[in-house]
Amino acid sequence: MTTADRQTLSMHHSEVQVSVELQTPDMTLNLGPQHPSTHGVLRLVAQVDGEVIKELEPVVGYMHRGYEKLAEVRTYPQITALVNRIDWVSGFANEIPFMVATERLMGIEVPERAQYIRLILTEMARISNHLVFLSSLPLELGAATPLMHALRERERVLDLIEGATGGRFHPNFNRIGGVKPAAGAGSTQKKVVQDLPQGFLEQTKSAMEYVRDVCADMVNLVLGNEIFMQRTKGVGIIPADKALAFGVSGPNLRASGVPFDLRKTDDYLPYSNFDFDVVTGSNGDCFDRYAVRLEEVVQASRIVDQAVEEIPAGDLQAKVPRIIKVPKGEIYVRAENPKGEMGYYIVSEGGRGPYRLKIRTASFSNLSVLSWLLKGQLVPDLIAILGSLDFVLGDVDR
Amino acid sequence: MSGILDNFWSLLALKILFITGVMMTVSLVIIFAELKISAHMQSRVGPYFAGGRYGWAQPLADGLKFIQKEDLVPADADRPVFKFAPMVVLAGTLAVFVIVPFSPDLVVRNLDLGVFYALAAGSIGTVGVLMAGWSSANKYSLMGGLRAAAQLIAYELPLVLAVVGVVIQAGTMSMVGIVEAQAAPVFHLGDTAISLPYIFQGQFVGFIIFMIAALAELNRTPFDMPIAESELVMGYLTEYSGIRFTMFFLGEYAGIFAMSAIASTLFLGGYYFPGLDSGTFGPLVLMGKVGLLVFLIIWVRWTLPRLREDQLQSFAWKWLIPLALVNIAVTATFKVVF
Repeated sequence: MTTADRQTLSMHHSEVQVSVELQTPDMTLNLGPQHPSTHGVLRLVAQVDGEVIKELEPVVGYMHRGYEKLAEVRTYPQITALVNRIDWVSGFANEIPFMVATERLMGIEVPERAQYIRLILTEMARISNHLVFLSSLPLELGAATPLMHALRERERVLDLIEGATGGRFHPNFNRIGGVKPAAGAGSTQKKVVQDLPQGFLEQTKSAMEYVRDVCADMVNLVLGNEIFMQRTKGVGIIPADKALAFGVSGPNLRASGVPFDLRKTDDYLPYSNFDFDVVTGSNGDCFDRYAVRLEEVVQASRIVDQAVEEIPAGDLQAKVPRIIKVPKGEIYVRAENPKGEMGYYIVSEGGRGPYRLKIRTASFSNLSVLSWLLKGQLVPDLIAILGSLDFVLGDVDR
Repeated sequence: MSGILDNFWSLLALKILFITGVMMTVSLVIIFAELKISAHMQSRVGPYFAGGRYGWAQPLADGLKFIQKEDLVPADADRPVFKFAPMVVLAGTLAVFVIVPFSPDLVVRNLDLGVFYALAAGSIGTVGVLMAGWSSANKYSLMGGLRAAAQLIAYELPLVLAVVGVVIQAGTMSMVGIVEAQAAPVFHLGDTAISLPYIFQGQFVGFIIFMIAALAELNRTPFDMPIAESELVMGYLTEYSGIRFTMFFLGEYAGIFAMSAIASTLFLGGYYFPGLDSGTFGPLVLMGKVGLLVFLIIWVRWTLPRLREDQLQSFAWKWLIPLALVNIAVTATFKVVF
């Protein structure tokens, strides 16, 4: 007897059918694409038994904008404007690997001052990204107040980024061979001296003080909170081997205890000049992912402080041809972005734009762990785990 | 005038009007307090424009806006249940005020089983929540409703057990009687008779248990899993809009008022304050104590994250209920021995 038959029967003979076994089928819970805590348009199709997740399938692609294809019909300078919209929470950091890749293909040596400015702004992007994370995870666990405290300090950092670049989220500040001269500093033909706005370096230092203050607050208010610990400790554990197998990168990987940081191993920016620690966790649970990012903010502010002290004088731009043509060849450059490893694979046929551009984003790979990780978890833990992975849908779908 | 007061039905109508009026007004004040206090806790300004000064008219404006909105009922919803649910919630909360004494005489009905009645009426609201969750034909609503039901079962027990200590100590279940018992002098300091509310007479643990359980009963953070906007969108409220949502909303804040009023009557001495005439200042004294507790509840909400449903259950069964039982045993022992 099929289920449908049984149901029809029970409708007609409800008196006789009292002894029919009660069926409790699993419920399909469709979280998203519109849901308050999926950070955009992620869709999760979950088979739930009560509140326990039996199966889960993430459905991505609701924000696919076709950047890789768009890049094929654009010139290299135009692509700069595209790439900082991939992960808009840390827009500036997205530009760096693309610029470095192009410059390496062209064989351009970027002046040191420009590299330092890039580095300072990248770390600021990291701080602002992590502050968003530090405030949004408690929000998803039901505490709204840390949001306001962390975002207030993030605003200082964004103001500085805006002061230097003119944009809060999409700076579009890098040029092939260096960084953009400040507005009103002269024409591009003339040698430009002025770059960062007046007082930028001092304000940066005081902003870093505030950032470290709010981190101390977060340690006291969030990390030490009994309920927060109960909700995050031992929840969503990604063991180191699983993390590596799924291609998890960035703070999520380091929280699992793998001390892998491209800032230490690669040389896309002069990180080797600075003294900072690679922060690792031990358990790989939500709590560790939070604690690692919290400490990373402090480390990033340390880097910024040192860079502000040591920033050399000099040119902002290397000598580049008026029309940028990249010689034939291919290259992959990756960078430690706030959300993890981000890489650009450029295939050039010698034209003004790339023949093919492949973008490797951290959030996409980090999300791949979801269906394995969430099996058998509770719905409330799903939210905690989603929040702790720190992804942005623009970074997932591109 | 005396004619109106003598007639049973006209007096009843007056009482209902009075209670509804007071409850609605106080709820609006609490909503405004929550908006402003949470804003200042988060270094924001909060409502600012409505009403000219301090945005005092913000809750009124919100209410007006909700009344104008369309009364949406989902196509698959169980219409009668869906429409009836908010009324159950609001009525359940309203019913509690029958026994809250604002002064020795200013009480709708001084029931002999007042405490028992208050706790029973207070839990009616959860039935409404369950109805709302079931009838909405929405999975999030259903989960929210079921969470609320599970929560009710877990937290009604410690709530009742916490009150038992007070009842033992006072020897009565009448709310007025309990306040009078707290007004009675405990000891004499020279010529002045000192009386203490029960929170200072050994019921401190009971008070803490009562407040925790009340938070769970009110679905307030850290026990707001039935709503849990980051998990269940808006829980059982997801499909509600317009005036029916307003009824839930008012019900929630009236519930805060009711629970605070009961707690201040049972543990903080209610309308009695040493040196003040209860007949004249009673309502003000009670409101002051209610204000303290309401602030406490708002403070907790904007400080803590929420627990998980299973953690809440184990907290209730493994900690609160045993603790409440110990509290009863200790209170009873002291009552018999001294």
